[in-house]
Parts: sequence; structure tokens; C-alpha cells
Amino acid sequence: MADITVGVPEVRVAEFRTCQFTGLKVDVAAQALIKANAVAAVVFLALGGLMGLLVALTRWPAVHLLPAEWFYLVLTGHGANVLLFWIIFFEVAVLYFASAVLLNSRLAAPKLAWAAFGLMVVGALMANYAVLRGDSTVMFTSYPPMQATPWFYLSLILFAVGALVAVGIFFATLVVAKEEGTYQGSIPLVTFGALTAAIIAVFTLASGAIILIPTLLWSAGLVSTIDPLLYKVVWWGMGHSSQQINVSAHVSLWYLIAALLVGAKPLSEKVSRTAFLMYILFLQLASAHHLLAEPGLDASWKIVNTSYMMYLAVLGSMVHGLTVPGAIEAAQRRNGYTKGAFEWLRKAPWGHPAFAGMFLSLVMFGFIGGISGVVLGTEQLNVLMHNTIYVPGHFHGTVVAGTTLAFMAATYLVLPLVFQREIMFPKLAQLQPYLFGVGAGGISLFMMGAGTLGVPRRHWDITFSDATIGFQHSAGAFLMMGLNGISAILAAAGGILFIVVVVGTAFFGERIKPGHKLTFPLHSGGAAAASHYGSEATAKLPGTIILVTIFFVSFVLYYFINWKYLSELWLFR
Amino acid sequence: MAVTPPERRIWWNEPIEKVELIWIVIAFFWGLFMFGFMIAWHFIGQQNLSTETYRVDPSNYERKVEAFAKEYQVRDLEGVPVVRPPAGKDVYLLGRLWQWWPVLELQKGQSYRIHLSSIDWQHGFSLQPTNINIQVHPGYEHILTLTPTESGEFGIICNEFCGIGHHTMTGKIFVRAGTAEAPSSTRVAEGTEEGGR
Ligand SMILES: [Cu+2]
Repeated sequence: MADITVGVPEVRVAEFRTCQFTGLKVDVAAQALIKANAVAAVVFLALGGLMGLLVALTRWPAVHLLPAEWFYLVLTGHGANVLLFWIIFFEVAVLYFASAVLLNSRLAAPKLAWAAFGLMVVGALMANYAVLRGDSTVMFTSYPPMQATPWFYLSLILFAVGALVAVGIFFATLVVAKEEGTYQGSIPLVTFGALTAAIIAVFTLASGAIILIPTLLWSAGLVSTIDPLLYKVVWWGMGHSSQQINVSAHVSLWYLIAALLVGAKPLSEKVSRTAFLMYILFLQLASAHHLLAEPGLDASWKIVNTSYMMYLAVLGSMVHGLTVPGAIEAAQRRNGYTKGAFEWLRKAPWGHPAFAGMFLSLVMFGFIGGISGVVLGTEQLNVLMHNTIYVPGHFHGTVVAGTTLAFMAATYLVLPLVFQREIMFPKLAQLQPYLFGVGAGGISLFMMGAGTLGVPRRHWDITFSDATIGFQHSAGAFLMMGLNGISAILAAAGGILFIVVVVGTAFFGERIKPGHKLTFPLHSGGAAAASHYGSEATAKLPGTIILVTIFFVSFVLYYFINWKYLSELWLFR
Repeated sequence: MAVTPPERRIWWNEPIEKVELIWIVIAFFWGLFMFGFMIAWHFIGQQNLSTETYRVDPSNYERKVEAFAKEYQVRDLEGVPVVRPPAGKDVYLLGRLWQWWPVLELQKGQSYRIHLSSIDWQHGFSLQPTNINIQVHPGYEHILTLTPTESGEFGIICNEFCGIGHHTMTGKIFVRAGTAEAPSSTRVAEGTEEGGR
């Protein structure tokens, strides 16, 4: 199994093993880095997830767990740990996998990659230190003139620099693979998707540095003021586009999982790749998404930024929304499930946690995260939900039900293929994506419901008990917040199962030896589908057509319902 | 086995599947429609956020609001002045740690030029249960022409995190039915004033 190969001598003698399941050559140095980044990701997911549960239990009016000081502190930590540290560590692992492993190449600079990892760990720990000290409770967005300690801004900058170096290593690995001829023709679709994620990451991290460096100087007393509006415009250049890194990354994983588990190939490479390109070309403009209720910004600027260009990016997502299930349907029909419109879906490997997680992620990202994102990002409609809890409802649909669930799903493949351990507690692993998925979907929907009823985000007490002039939310709002709390408990239970399975497997799972049969097997044609590219010839996809039709009708209806709500508001101009 | 030559090296010359093509066209036109609808709403809709904004020094703004409140104050609510400005006039509202100041009394169906600013952190103007949500910045005076279309008591809550007392940051707008010129509404107003005087 350990077939030792020699890389280019004057650069580095890379040690390879050959994966017995996929036939891919795995650089042992890359494998170690993938493991390290994935482990760090899971640690911060556990920490951030726990904080998220505390937040939800506080926002459940009947429970109202934490005192105000702790609530805002924990909420700040929750955002940083899950939205930045969990997701970006995992993305670095995905980038190393998509470059070195999928291209059978050595990783470009493992020593530097370890340095990047070190910087990211230091940044993440320091941020937690700054937040837990209690003097950096500025929320994830850290809007001035509210100020954190310099430690806080410095920690984020260090983390971003580390991540930027990791992205650089990904690019360098692509160059190395090309030069050393480890693959022929174009890079596989999954690597292509990862490449778009990496390109977006460069803009994004640069934008973050541009705004956080002056903010650090301001917090250290070296710069006298930071204009709050200017801060927001630049901050969201990082903030929104950083979420597109996640989209590119998790869509790549959808294709990867579909390839490995049912042998799916894209319907046509051209369409899927162009859809990824649209993310690069248009998503940067979506930063205006967050500035629609801001004073002084021109309406045409808002419309161009959030709409025309953004809808081309939405178009990209809508295309993946057809091509991913379409590729699965085509592959399943080739696998022999041809009866009726939906036999392919019923007979899909629902008992495989990677498939279940991937498909739930696909559906919820589209229906919950995608549709609400477009509505929220519509110039005038935004006034209905700006800064209400609808906003976290939307992004829990994209980032938790979408990205996090997809990353969890991918982990069930990373454990046997990269950690070379057999999944422990397979029954729990099977249950996990459903539990977490239902919880995450519930969180998103109930927060959106509460936001529609006016519940503010980031708010400790929606009963306004200490306010001199009181206000009473509707009973429906309280019900929604209670259901949100219950959903959060479900999601947390799913999160705990995930941690138990992952930690158990990583440290105590049975080592995979040659000839091992996986508990959760890959598709026999999966290896070829993952590493080749090429288009699926089958184009009879009645099931997928029905699914996208349902999606489109929901989208149009929800869009117009919100215009109707808007038309009933007080008049303003 | 994994590194075999691709089936079709020139992927960009492949034909697009018909079902994909149809979906792309539908999605593209839907995007175009949504784009057009936002522009159209500026002509057909009555809810478009104004962009009229001026830079303002927070202490100057505070003085303007105080002068305004003094001029049109009609009574008190929990120590906060209740202010009834004439219809069509400039109305000032101030966000600060942790209140919306002053309380406003407006007339249904009348338009007011509402000035919004903060004197410290960023705050969120959230009118409830109507659910109109606008960001409020220190140093920027945002002016919108607002016409209440329903009468009753409305809460303003802050929905931008502004520190530990964020959840106590509330305010109020009373909207009275009837037109400003009609004498009947003045009588209603006198009735409500008595409690405060
Ligand atoms: Cu506030």
C-alpha cells in the first residue's frame, strides 16, 4: 500500500502512498496538513457550536439562560469561531486536498504550510482570548465607533495572513502539478471549484486587511477616528465575499461527494465551470447586500451591486442547483434506477452520512439560504428585515444548513481516505446529518419567521423588561423564538454526535489496512468520476426537472409575497 | 487508474444539454426581471429609502433635536418629551445610549421630513410592529419623508448592537387618525394632552 515515489529531487523528496479506494497518489506531507487543519476546524466548531447553543438558549424567552454581559460576549465568540475559524480551517484542508491529492501531486511548500497553520492557530486562540477577557464584545462585524482591544483586531489580521499564505500554497501546488505533469489536460471540476474559492479568498482577505489594519491602529490610539460608514463599505467587501468562498468550496464538495458515492459526472463541464466562474466575476459586488439600509448610499449603486451583477452570481448557484441533482439523477439512472421520476432519489445511498448530509445541504442551501438571500438583498425589500433576526436566519440557511452540513458530510470521506481510519459508531454517524440538518433548517426558518415579525438580531431580551418605554412583541414572535431554541438543541445534538464520531474515529478508529472493506462504501465508479472529468451523456432527467420547477415556483412566490408586505408599509422616500 | 487521459480534453467545446440550456435561460430572465423590478419600484412603489444625507457633528445634531423638542413638546412620557410637530415639517429623532429621543406624535396620512442620526454608536431604527428598519450612524444626518398610513401606538426598538443596555433602547411614535387641519383632531389631541400637563 505504501508505494514510495520520488518527487523532483532538488525541490523536495515527497513521499507518497496510493489510496486503495480511489487510486489517488497521496503526498504524505499534504495528508498531515489536511489532518491538522481538519482537526483545528473541528475544535473551533465544537467551541463555537457550544457558544451558539448558549446564544439560542438565551434567546428562547422561556429559558433566557445567560446574563446580558455573557450573552453578547458569547455571541461575539460564536461568530468568530464558527464563521471564521471552523470554516476557514476546513477550507484550507479542502484546498490542499483539491490540489495535491486530486492532482496526484506533491504539496508545494509543506514547511510554509505549517507556518501558515501556526499563524492561523495563534490568531484564532488570540481572538478567543480577547473575546473571553470581556473587553472585545463588538460582535462579528466589529463596527466602529464601538471599539475592541487591539488584541482582537490583531488576532483577526494574523489569522487572515495565515489563511492567505495557505491559499498561496494552493496556487503554488497547482503550478507544481502542471509543471511536473501529474495530470493531463484541465484540472478536475472539483479542483476548478476550489480554485474559484481560492481566487475569491484573495480579494476577500485583502479587503479585510485593508480595513482591519487602520482599525487596529485606531484601537491602539494611533489613528483618531474611523468613519463608521466607510468602515462598513470596506468591511463588507470582505464580509460578504468571504461567504462566497464557502459557497464555491461547498459546491465543489457537492460534486466531489456525488462523484465518489454514486459515480456522478457533471452534465456538461462547460456549464458547471462557467457557473463557478460567475462566482468570481460577480460576487465581489454583493457587498452592497449589507448596506441597503445605510444612509447616503445611492440607490443606483445599491441596485447595480446587489442585483444585476449579483443575479449573475445567483444564476451560477441556480445552475449548480440543477446540475448537481441532475448529475446524481443521470448517474443513478446509469446505475440502473430508472423507474419513474424519482426511483433514482429513493434508491440513493441515504444511509451514507456523506450523501445524506450533502443532499440535505443542497436542498436547504437552495430553498432556505438562496431564496431568502435574494429577497434580503433586494434594494427596497431589505427595509423589512434589515438587522432583524431574519438576517441570521438567512445566513444560518447558507452557512450552517449549507456549508457546515456539506463540510460535515465531506468529513465522512476524509476520515477513511485521509486519516485512514474506519468510521466509529456507524449508526450514530448515519443519524447525525439528519439530526443536524433538521436542527439547522429549523433554526433558519424560525429565525426568519421571528424576523418577519420584527424580532431584532443580537438582542438579549425581547421582552424589553428594563426599558423605560416598554414594547410588546406579538405572541407569534415568542413562539418562533421558542421553536428556534428547540431547533438549536436538535442541531447541537447533531453537532455533538459529529464531534463524538470524528474524535472517536480520528484517535481510536480501526486503522484501514489493504483489502479493507469500508462500512460506508464508495461507488465502484466513484474514483474515475472524481478524478476524470468529462460530461454525462444521459440527459433524460424528469426528477430533476420536477425539483427545479418546485424550487422556481417557491422562489417566485416568496419574492412577490415580500413585495406585497412592503407595499403595506408606511410610505417613505 | 486515477490518472488516465480525460475523455474529452476540450471541455469548452462540448454541447450544452438542452435541459441545462432551458434552465439557464429561465434563471437569466428571472434575474433580469428582478433587476428591473427594483428600478420599477422607484416609479410605482411608495417605499423607497431616501438617500438625502448630510454630514453632521453629533453635538450640533443633539442641539437641533433639543431645540425641536422644546418647540413642539406637548407632554411627557416616562420623563421623555412627547413632541407633536406640524405636518410637513422637519422632525428630529436621535439615537443614543440607550434611548430613542424624543417621543413623536404624528398625524395619520400626513408627511413629515424625519431626520435620523446618532450621537454615539451606530444604532438601528426599527419601527414595530410595522417593521421598517433603517441603520443610524453617528456623524450622518439621514432625512426621509415619512407618511404614517395607520394610527395607533408604535414602538421604536434598536436593532444594532450598541452595548450592554442595547435591549433597553426603545422609543415610541403615536399616530393619530384624522387630518391635521380638521378641528376634531385637535380636540382629540387636547384630550390626550391633559394627562401630561
Ligand atoms: Cu442602539
